[in-house]
Amino acid sequence: MRLIYALILTVIAALPARAEVDIQEVTSPGGITAWLVEEPSIPFVALEIRFRGGASLDAPGKRGAINLMTGLLEEGAGEMDARAFSRATEALATNLSFDVSDDALSVSARFLTENLAPSIDLLRAALQEPRFDEDAIERVRGQVISNIQSNQKDPNKIAQQTFDRIAFGDHPYGSSLNGTLESVAGLTRDDLLAAHRAVLARDRIIVGAVGDITPEELGQMLDKLLGGLPAEGAPMPPRAEVDIPSGTTVVDFATPQSVALFGQPGLAQDDPDWFTATVLNHVLGGGGFESRLMTEVREKRGLTYGVYSYLAPRDLAETYLGSVSSSNDRIADAIEVIRAEWAKAAAEGITQEELDAAKTYITGAYPLRFDGNTPIANILVGMQMLGLPTDYIATRNDRVEAVTLEDVKRVAAELLEPENLHFVVVGQPEGLEAADTAQE
Amino acid sequence: MIRLPMMAALVATLFTAPAAQAGQTENEAVTHFTLDNGMEVVVVEDHRAPVVQQMVWYRAGSADEPKGSSGVAHFLEHLLFKATDKLEAGEFSATVAANGGRDNAFTSYDYTAYYQRVAADRLGLMMEMEADRMKNIRLTPENIETERDVILEERNQRTENNPAALFSEQLNAAQYLNHRYGVPIIGWKHEMEELDLEDALSFYELYYSPNNAILVVSGDVTPEEVRELAEATYGQIPANPALPERLRTEEPPQIAERRLIYKDARVAQPYVRRSYLAQERDSGEQEEAAALLLLSELLGGGTTSYLAEKLQFDAQIANYTGAFYKADTLDDTTFDLVVLPVPGVSLQQAEEALDEALAQFMEAGVDPEHLERLKAQLRADQIYARDDADRVAHRYGSALAIGLTVEDVQAWPDVLQAVTAEDIMQAARDLFDKRASVTGWLMKEDAQ
Repeated sequence: MRLIYALILTVIAALPARAEVDIQEVTSPGGITAWLVEEPSIPFVALEIRFRGGASLDAPGKRGAINLMTGLLEEGAGEMDARAFSRATEALATNLSFDVSDDALSVSARFLTENLAPSIDLLRAALQEPRFDEDAIERVRGQVISNIQSNQKDPNKIAQQTFDRIAFGDHPYGSSLNGTLESVAGLTRDDLLAAHRAVLARDRIIVGAVGDITPEELGQMLDKLLGGLPAEGAPMPPRAEVDIPSGTTVVDFATPQSVALFGQPGLAQDDPDWFTATVLNHVLGGGGFESRLMTEVREKRGLTYGVYSYLAPRDLAETYLGSVSSSNDRIADAIEVIRAEWAKAAAEGITQEELDAAKTYITGAYPLRFDGNTPIANILVGMQMLGLPTDYIATRNDRVEAVTLEDVKRVAAELLEPENLHFVVVGQPEGLEAADTAQE
Repeated sequence: MIRLPMMAALVATLFTAPAAQAGQTENEAVTHFTLDNGMEVVVVEDHRAPVVQQMVWYRAGSADEPKGSSGVAHFLEHLLFKATDKLEAGEFSATVAANGGRDNAFTSYDYTAYYQRVAADRLGLMMEMEADRMKNIRLTPENIETERDVILEERNQRTENNPAALFSEQLNAAQYLNHRYGVPIIGWKHEMEELDLEDALSFYELYYSPNNAILVVSGDVTPEEVRELAEATYGQIPANPALPERLRTEEPPQIAERRLIYKDARVAQPYVRRSYLAQERDSGEQEEAAALLLLSELLGGGTTSYLAEKLQFDAQIANYTGAFYKADTLDDTTFDLVVLPVPGVSLQQAEEALDEALAQFMEAGVDPEHLERLKAQLRADQIYARDDADRVAHRYGSALAIGLTVEDVQAWPDVLQAVTAEDIMQAARDLFDKRASVTGWLMKEDAQ
């Protein structure tokens, strides 16, 4: 049997499928804006809301307040205590979830069209009238403390928190949004009310909706859901200074496999070189099995199950990060290979063949993301977080196609800093150069 | 509610969410047929986006491995990304990527599956390549050596570095006295270290053939297109007449309650976990499994569940409680309960509170309103499921791989809706026999 399809399809592979998404910009009667994709074929709606600022708006000395507050939004609202609220959402088969990151508090809702009105009533109560009952506060506080204690024994979390502390220092990005055992123990109900006022305000709302709902219905829904929130929240935190020293930090932790997180300064998503850097990273460590790091560290040497690199642009700082795990007696080899690949790419860039393969992947994979109401709703809020226009989807692949080999070579030389690539290693690694090692 | 990350890890060592098993109003979009060589084909249509996913499921998992070669099913899964007669090592995934797609594979107790997600017009190429590696892999001694290191690092990452996973392994091993579900899918480390080319190839030659495989295609595709492409690719491969009947060793009567303690310095949050041997879904007989699924939701399915109510809200002795039931297995499965106590409450007290709550539940019976809410959610899930054709595809693939039929899958939502409170209590009475259970305590190293 011959691979006839391979021959035919290589020729047309440069013509990826197009993502056909018709985004409407909706403004409610009360002035709240949202992006909507109408998709009436399935009788439900996926709704995503973001409040910018997220956990980075914690007041001084109150680290963890916004995270605890977020965890309490579904633990009692209006007339309902925690259990009554849960029973009400279950009876409607409505899914509500609340989460918070460094840059945003996220609300994800999914409800049947036939249950739209009562679902919105529940979500409105959670957002506008959370009760913060004392017993609920203590229960959720216990869960947060359990999390913090678990993270202290998790090598991946230890690596993450150590790296953040090194890179961002006193900025909120430099510490865990969970807070510390001490800070969480000290939080009061007033702190939670203040955290709620700081984050849930109308001057920082982003909305994406996809499904069986009209622009008029969405507009009315937005006013009901969000119109009663205060006009302004807390001022946004300042940008973070990214200060990553060279070398390796070892955190001693008795476990058979060392976990390493590595990184250096990155670049912003509105940087003119963003797509060039995306292509570069795909070749270096972003693509799955065929990236250079995966080929060298896993496929050729069997040093790890997985090694990845990724550009990490956030609202207030940009880093370029990666991760790898190898048993304690092999992690030094893995790190050496990664450093060498970083240096090689900085010096030489990539090949034409790699550029072509990266472009076909990146452009071809893009439309594959638009494959359901829930993923599309997430894309809509993600685009708005970045300030992208609605026609971005149509032009994005052209910008990838425009990247040249020379661009990649220039950006690789400017962006990659092999001598400053800092490794945090959690475990009991053997053979890491002593001069390199700063014991924590 | 705060999601507990260590609970996520624990749940990962247990099962996927049972709600994902429910519902398919998408029946009209599902087509099923069989090629002349015995390969079953399922097509799940969703024309909203120009995307397609191909999955090939083999009815061969870790529980089908020969004794002493634990991990070989999963090892072979890795090796299928190496060279074939037509492709160099790594070229399979590189070709998928160069066409804008992503591919991967996974191994379970009862099956091994390979999948690619690509633009719909690339489906033919994917089938060509997947059919090629069903028969034509070419392995070298270097492949074996390097990839064995990779799976050992995978075991390090998933298990050796994770006390909850090590605990789970020990608990499963104690639960099964005579069945391969007691051996970890990834393998015991000392046996993985000895896996060789011959182990991998003999598993491959025995089990990888069209009459032991199920093709599931979901997305922007028609059954006619799939049939045509499948006949041109997989259809050209002859059936393996030597495919053995799928017979497994059976559990003897379990007559002795088992208890175990695992201590590890890396444990931050001790907990109690108990597993009971339980009935799984059987073709044409899914009623008991449906009752057990609803039982798990009633007891430990979230904030409003019975255990949460008793132990988290009333007695306030637990940070987390849960119940897990994995219905989709070929042989006897398990039903698991977990209690993670608040500081100051011992595991002994947590276990006693669990037993007391179970006894009260058996006394009180099913809250009819709670059961009705669960059924409403299962009905809604039939609508939500239509947003994710790949999830529907996964459901059919795993079901057919464990001996269920398309009819069983399509009957399942109705079987769930038909479950009565009395069915659930009868299933609970049959289930909660401590002689068929293992109770484990995961503890800190220094704990008494």
